[in-house]
Amino acid sequence: MKALIRATFLVFSVLFAGVAMAQHEGHDHATDSAHATTSSDAQLAAEDVNEVHATTHGDEGHAKFNPGEMIMGHVTDEHGWHLWGHTSLPLPIIIYNTERGLSVFSSAHFDHGHKTYGGYMLHEGKVVATTAADGTDVHAATIDEALTAATWDVSITKNVLGMLVSIVLMLVIFMSASTHYRTNGVGAPKGVARFVEPIILFVRDDVAKANIGPHYARFMPFLLTVFFFILINNLMGLIPIFPFGANVSGSISVTFALAAITFILTLIHGNRHYWGHILAMPGVPKPVLLILTPVEILGVFLRPSILMIRLFANITAGHIIVLSFFALIFIFGEINAGLGWGVSIFSLLFTVFMTMLELLVAFIQAFVFTFLSAMYLGSAIEEPHHH
Amino acid sequence: MLIQFSFGLIFWMTVSFLAVLFILKKFAWKPILDTLTEREKGIEDALSEARKAREEMAALNTKNEELMRSAREEREVLLKEARDIRDREIAQAKEKAKAEADALLARARTDIQNEKNAALTEMKNQVAELSILVAEHILREKLGDAAAQRALVDKVLTEADLRKS
Repeated sequence: MKALIRATFLVFSVLFAGVAMAQHEGHDHATDSAHATTSSDAQLAAEDVNEVHATTHGDEGHAKFNPGEMIMGHVTDEHGWHLWGHTSLPLPIIIYNTERGLSVFSSAHFDHGHKTYGGYMLHEGKVVATTAADGTDVHAATIDEALTAATWDVSITKNVLGMLVSIVLMLVIFMSASTHYRTNGVGAPKGVARFVEPIILFVRDDVAKANIGPHYARFMPFLLTVFFFILINNLMGLIPIFPFGANVSGSISVTFALAAITFILTLIHGNRHYWGHILAMPGVPKPVLLILTPVEILGVFLRPSILMIRLFANITAGHIIVLSFFALIFIFGEINAGLGWGVSIFSLLFTVFMTMLELLVAFIQAFVFTFLSAMYLGSAIEEPHHH
Repeated sequence: MLIQFSFGLIFWMTVSFLAVLFILKKFAWKPILDTLTEREKGIEDALSEARKAREEMAALNTKNEELMRSAREEREVLLKEARDIRDREIAQAKEKAKAEADALLARARTDIQNEKNAALTEMKNQVAELSILVAEHILREKLGDAAAQRALVDKVLTEADLRKS
């Protein structure tokens, strides 16, 4: 029975991986069209991108509703957290410039990207250096390319803050679970421990033990942290209310960092057997090795890249689809208010359906990332078989 | 735009992830996993102990039954022996009693025989004495007439008869 459930789960995850690929393609088109709309709008209205960016947030009364901008604004990172209407939570800007040194100030000084401050300004959402005085309109200021190249932006952006919120949540959940175990010993789990224990056991038995083998224990902290980090960020990304809703696990920087850690761990733990199979596959003729070895070396880099892209694409695609259904309401609403209300019913139904699907995807993607990481680590420490 | 590697985000992600990893590893995963392992071990031990106890119980039962059976057998043997002893003793007693009775009878018979012999001997002696007495009287009365002799004989006989009775 348990095996059957596991098999079903795996089949589902494979199916959804397929769906996710389709979604990925779909969202590529969406991105393209978003770009197209942005540029045509910019040409038509002869307005700067930041102006459009500032006015399209939920306030379609002043400018034409731009779904591409709206969706991108929600799935990409920002120096400020849009709360409602024109209200945004300013976030700290932390910049280290090799020539100017460290600058720390609030993103409110940028005035939604309209003004310069402290020798910096926002250009297409990124912090760039300028020589213009404080409070200059960004159109009047010029970008100092040399200084920009020397700028390292480590600001607390929307995604960083979202991630920190998730981390606090994680610490609260697992510290209380840990306290429970410390005080109750081997007794039956209660409260939060009862909720997390089956998942921990699942990661241990079906992910770590199944893929790594007898030496699974040393990778358990990493696998558990990765699993719950992705899971909690996925789930938090589904809640559209501050301080949740940042697209953390759908950010390629985050998935890059996660995949990089898995990659570095495989490199550190890779044994002679593992490298032997990559550099010179035993039992393969020399001429074939000329082809096989580059492919294997490519594979070493491809594996973490796949991890990175799969998680990013799945989560972002889900968000884009949900947001697209919402965008439909406003697009039709601009044509006719009644039409907008009519469409909103279907949009809401689809959004509810998609959110349910996203809940499933949140678990599946956390599982798939952890499962594949365990598999790569397992192959890296695998001992040669003695026949 | 969408696919944009941001240095700041990668930096914070790496730093905070590693921090979380180390904090949770030390304060959460280790105690939780240790407890889970301990509990599993406890359950396994309890199960194996229960199995062992069950086996011991079974062994004890067999042993008990064995004991019961041997006790029963021993009782049978003891009872049989007792019965044998009793029978033998009864038989012996009977034999002894019979022998004693026989001996008694034999002695009685001998006594009777002896008495009889003695009586006969005495009778013979008395007859002899009487005969002598008669003969003596006859001899004494010899000088008398025949009638006197006759009377004498009669008289003697009568006396003898009386005395005898």
